Amino acid sequence: MNATTNVSTATQSLSISQRMIAGSLALLLGLTLLVGTGFAGDFRLHNGAHDTRHAMGFPCH
Amino acid sequence: MIRNLFAAAIFAALAAGLLTAAIQHFRVTPLILHAETFEGEGGGHSHGEAAADHVDAAGTADHSHDAVALTAEDEAEEWAPADGFERTAYTTLATVLAAAGFALVIGAVSMFSGIPITFANGFLWGIAGFVAFSLAPAYGLAPELPGMPAADVLPRQIWWVGTALATGAAWLLLAKTRAGWAFAVAAALVVIPHIIGAPGAPDEPSAVPAHLATEFAAITLGTSLVFWLVLGTLFGKLNDVFARNRVAVPAGATA
Repeated sequence: MNATTNVSTATQSLSISQRMIAGSLALLLGLTLLVGTGFAGDFRLHNGAHDTRHAMGFPCH
Repeated sequence: MIRNLFAAAIFAALAAGLLTAAIQHFRVTPLILHAETFEGEGGGHSHGEAAADHVDAAGTADHSHDAVALTAEDEAEEWAPADGFERTAYTTLATVLAAAGFALVIGAVSMFSGIPITFANGFLWGIAGFVAFSLAPAYGLAPELPGMPAADVLPRQIWWVGTALATGAAWLLLAKTRAGWAFAVAAALVVIPHIIGAPGAPDEPSAVPAHLATEFAAITLGTSLVFWLVLGTLFGKLNDVFARNRVAVPAGATA
């Protein structure tokens, strides 16, 4: 109840540009991590993350 | 605030990722290892050069623990984590990093859309993430064990990404508006990837016994559901906690 109010207040208090900057940074880092663990063709990344790729349903092999 | 978003994402991902890695270790990896014992048998399967490389690499790692004997080039050519602790450590690391990737991506979606991730709605974020990133891709590309016939990896990756994006966009649209047109567009976004269809596996016999494959599909989807529900809920809880602290601290006291 209180928490939700605080959070939405906090989110709304951010300017659009602040949200866009935070979102862009998070998206860039997040996609880098996902490409590296789930998609990269490099055999070291593939073999190191092999079981994770199969377990999390990323296309593998 | 940017710091709070990253801290909440990373801590939630660490916890959800470690939990998931533990489940994988006990329930998923044993099935992969079991399936690999059939890989290369029967000669019926082919999934491109990458797979052949992988079989070689896995076989080499099994049989030569004294990598010293290999030339530097050979070693670079065939590196794979050795079975046992090393392989488990790499899988755990990869799972935690993938978890962080997913957490940051939904964090970014939250920032762009202006829909906060809270304890109250974190469960829904988790369900949305599961459907977009696990269930919808699996509907066309069933969870796959080593040794199962499959189409080339690039077309499957493209379909996977397209399906996840379209399904995620459908969730986002319905989260923003419940207008009639939005339901129609969302339904189209969800269905179109499956009408286009995932790249089909070649019609070859699988080296892997069916009961292993069905068990694997059920367990990986179940594990993904646990991962996403824990990630979404914890992410929301941490966002709430950090937001409360932020409000409690006088303005300007934090960077």
